[in-house]
Amino acid sequence: MATRIGVLALQGAVSEHVHALENSGSQVSLVKNIGDLEGLDGLVLPGGESTMMRRMMDRYGLFEAVKQFAAEKPVFGTCAGLILMAKQIEGRKGPHLSILDIDVKRNAFGRQVESFEADLAIKGISEHYTGVFIRAPYIKSAAANVDVLATYEDHIVACRQGRFLCCAFHPELTSDPAMHRYFVQMVNESR
Amino acid sequence: MVVQKGTDRVKRGMAEMQKGGVIMDVVNAEQAKIAEEAGATAVMALERVPSDIRKAGGVARMADPTIVEEVQNAVSIPVMAKARIGHIVEARVLEAMKVDYIDESEVLTPADDVFHIEKKAFTVPFVCGCRDLGEAARRIGEGAAMLRTKGEPGTGNIVEAVRHMRLVNSQVRKVVSMEKDEVMVFAKELGAPYEILLQIKEAGRLPVVNFAAGGVATPADAALMMELGADGVFVGSGIFKSENPAKFARAIVEATTYYQDYERIVELSKGLGTPMKGIDMSNLEPAERMQDRGI
Repeated sequence: MATRIGVLALQGAVSEHVHALENSGSQVSLVKNIGDLEGLDGLVLPGGESTMMRRMMDRYGLFEAVKQFAAEKPVFGTCAGLILMAKQIEGRKGPHLSILDIDVKRNAFGRQVESFEADLAIKGISEHYTGVFIRAPYIKSAAANVDVLATYEDHIVACRQGRFLCCAFHPELTSDPAMHRYFVQMVNESR
Repeated sequence: MVVQKGTDRVKRGMAEMQKGGVIMDVVNAEQAKIAEEAGATAVMALERVPSDIRKAGGVARMADPTIVEEVQNAVSIPVMAKARIGHIVEARVLEAMKVDYIDESEVLTPADDVFHIEKKAFTVPFVCGCRDLGEAARRIGEGAAMLRTKGEPGTGNIVEAVRHMRLVNSQVRKVVSMEKDEVMVFAKELGAPYEILLQIKEAGRLPVVNFAAGGVATPADAALMMELGADGVFVGSGIFKSENPAKFARAIVEATTYYQDYERIVELSKGLGTPMKGIDMSNLEPAERMQDRGI
């Protein structure tokens, strides 16, 4: 059976992730309610506004359900998704899902006028990858067992820890399938 | 390493990140915090909401920078602000203040009754209103990275936003189904840039997101616009002119995400208090119609 990956669909760049995952050979469905997590092999937390996603997850118990899902299955977070996964967030009292041993800074490069595209090398994934950074966070520090996959100006912008993958940029906004293929492979290996 | 700022992808991408969300008009830090707390994906900082602009009359201009700064300091979500149509300097001032998006808006009194701003020249992205595909394509041609329906701002009446969303989407479908050799004449009819129509034809959709705006007053209105194909919703006067803004804001956010979950919308719509008092279109004088500005 084909791999089934869900995309958290409360808000944000959902359709772009759906498209990229389908192109990487996965079946994809949207996650808006707790029941939508059933039967999924992996989950993508898309780019968007992390504060909004958290508030919506809290209202109907989706927050705990996603946390439980992450206790067993692979999760890939991009931009806002990365912030949702982090164990520490600068300037915020508590973390959100708190599943990935990283310390992040939100809007770390500045406001929208500072948003940029840059050529990145992503370890084991791509030598030349266009990272699209939009009001992006970066990872200030990561635990020793976190595998740093990419840096930009000495800041960590992509990493993996076991079944968790995250990046500060938006692979869903490019036509390069490398990051999504990598995640689909991670999910396949975990099944 | 090659690094580029202000590319189309970065500008349009910023709007993609707003999809499925609600962008709320706010006039101070307190309202901005209520909006963020309710789950708004961005706020629009302005001096007066559209319904008050209608009441006040006179010339409506860019907000006092103090208000924009106050809102920027109050929230971590993106902050947008409005510049008058064609007012290059108001837009440059807002860019210098590092607002995240500029709305070149018919809600303010146009500074130029012929030309819009050449938006490609800016690093900050722009959103513009449109009533049909001609207006949409012209704004994209000028560099708008996001669209919204014009609707009829400050009326609390959804009818014009519905008209504009339906018309744009039906014209997009028409372009997509056309033979390539028919596109040029359609471009002539619409007064639309031919290249933009070709892009739409090839992609099967607009190259930028299109939100609903201008008349959203209830959770059901927001859900209706999503049903009709809006990528997200702007709410102007609807929230802070209602009886209970915090509750109202939350309900509109939820109705936008769960726009096809009607049982949930039932619950969301209960006991919200009185929404803003609306205006029927037939009671508007031609000079009061904001949507006829900047076409």
